[in-house]
Amino acid sequence: MSQALVIVGHGSHLNPGSSEPAFTHADTIRATGAFDEVREAFWKEEPSFREVLRTLESEEVFVVPLFVSEGYFTEQVIPRELRLNDWSPDQWESDGTDADHVTLEATDVGKTIHYCGPVGTHDSMSDVIVQRAKSVTGDDDVGEGVGLAVVGHGTERNENSAKAIYYHADRIRERGRFDEVQAVFMDEDPEVDDVTEFFDAPDIVVVPLFVADGFHTQEDIPEDMGITEDYRTGWEVPETVDGHRIWYAGAVGTEPLVADVILERAGDAGAAVEHAIAAVREETGGVNAVSD
Amino acid sequence: MSETVQVAALIDAATDGVEFDGLRVEDTTYGYRFETPAESHRGLSTDELGDAATGNEYVANWYYWQHEVGGEDTPRRAFLRWVEHATGDDTVPERLDALRTDGLSREWGELLVTAHIRDGEHVYEVRHQENAADDDLETYTDPLDARQLVKHDDDGKYRPLSTAPSLPHGWVFTGLSGEALVRTVDFIYPATVANWHREREGELDVTHYREAADRQSGIYEIVSELTPEQLEWATEACCVDSQCLKRREWEYDEDTDIDTPAGGGAFPCREPCSLFVAAARKFVTLERDEEREYTFELTPTEKEQIEDIIGAVADGRTDEIREADVNDGANRYRARYLRAKRMDDRGLSGTPTYDD
Repeated sequence: MSQALVIVGHGSHLNPGSSEPAFTHADTIRATGAFDEVREAFWKEEPSFREVLRTLESEEVFVVPLFVSEGYFTEQVIPRELRLNDWSPDQWESDGTDADHVTLEATDVGKTIHYCGPVGTHDSMSDVIVQRAKSVTGDDDVGEGVGLAVVGHGTERNENSAKAIYYHADRIRERGRFDEVQAVFMDEDPEVDDVTEFFDAPDIVVVPLFVADGFHTQEDIPEDMGITEDYRTGWEVPETVDGHRIWYAGAVGTEPLVADVILERAGDAGAAVEHAIAAVREETGGVNAVSD
Repeated sequence: MSETVQVAALIDAATDGVEFDGLRVEDTTYGYRFETPAESHRGLSTDELGDAATGNEYVANWYYWQHEVGGEDTPRRAFLRWVEHATGDDTVPERLDALRTDGLSREWGELLVTAHIRDGEHVYEVRHQENAADDDLETYTDPLDARQLVKHDDDGKYRPLSTAPSLPHGWVFTGLSGEALVRTVDFIYPATVANWHREREGELDVTHYREAADRQSGIYEIVSELTPEQLEWATEACCVDSQCLKRREWEYDEDTDIDTPAGGGAFPCREPCSLFVAAARKFVTLERDEEREYTFELTPTEKEQIEDIIGAVADGRTDEIREADVNDGANRYRARYLRAKRMDDRGLSGTPTYDD
């Protein structure tokens, strides 16, 4: 039976770059041939969540949310718009970072939908954050003498958003690769504004756990950290602030290895993707990351 | 596909019988029956059936649809059949002849989709219909390229609504297979083929405004406050042909129609889109403002000028107003003169917006 993958993202009515990561990762996965159909769908662009399933011929569909955390979108909006009528958030049995997958039927198309947890909370996202640190420093051995800051939005509307950040920061810290690892936030303590205060290490790699580069990652965070006074004039990587060299990575969602996390999500839900995962890791530089 | 393969497939299929676009093949007790509008044979042996089928256009046509396109009952197949006028009155040889010479076309929104047969293969191309006669277009062959291509209009402005009538010009996708054509069209106008097919099958699921609004949550929960009259204005603002090529099939609710014309588009709009919902949210918040009276001093032509300016912005006409056309009320110099004369930091004619 043929299988399809749908990557669902937020998208934007205002910013054309917002859907870019979904397109890029979809293309990487398409090239592996693991799915008969691969489709992107968006809350703010087309095809909408509401219409995407009817554009597929496959009977078996794996839906992977390209979102950072569990919460409003993964628990309410996406299942509702996909018409997964028997859905209830309890089916995740999650405390905020454990969502795996649930198999349901979409009522308007009669297809079997394997609805997966978000990309941002998958264990292998920790590998992507490390990979991001490698790509931004250009150093595959990055870690010694280096602090890693994982940046989240904060808890303004969604308490799970901070959980995802702490989850990965803890996991990476336990590996002992970096001298220090710290979770920081835009809208709550510890704040990204004070990032240099949290590290003794001379070098700090700053990785925002955001899906796409946009307003927050390209304007707020760089200015808040003081690597630039005006985002429009840009910044260097690294930029020196308070005697620390800050290696600012931009949104982790744009890292090519995210395609691997999407595949892992679908694989956990039963998709036949083993070969695709190997191919994508090879292609996106993730081979070393996973063996760390 | 080679004739031998086609004939072998037909002999294979004959056991269960074939009835397609005028071709009829049956396996009877007295041998095979082979029939087209042009000829009829009965009592054929397998070899004789092979001879009759070889080089027959009805067989080539059957093979293409059943074995190359496949996908019985799918939107993809229905769309390709429609593009090739395969549902009309023309006979198979007439249709194949047209495909080999000028090709057969359909308009789909702002697209022109054309089918040809070249070297025995069905190939499709798609371009902006206003580029129908142009041959100096940028050529593409990979459907995935369509996503980036239609993201911005000719002026480089982001198009958040894929069915807005602002498709950029100057490109053509050529040499597409049927499947690649449908994917290309679906990247340009997502889900339109699927909903068009449902409508043709009498299965279009329409969600009226009330139901769609009641489903909303978070910051969009308030959109159900929009009244039928306000929805009328909102659809007039957003859902007419000049703004969107979809044909609106939803109403306020099952019992309350909207007077705004539904539009003449080829493909249906089965529920308010996300852009409309976002706009509706704004309209709801605007409607919460209470009306109050203001007193301005304006000359009659200044009042008309304000009306001209609103009209020009609403119709997206500001770019077309010539620099020196000071007779147009929405001309920039005219607008700047009005601002200099009638507006200060207290607002229009020195009238504050809010009471101090």
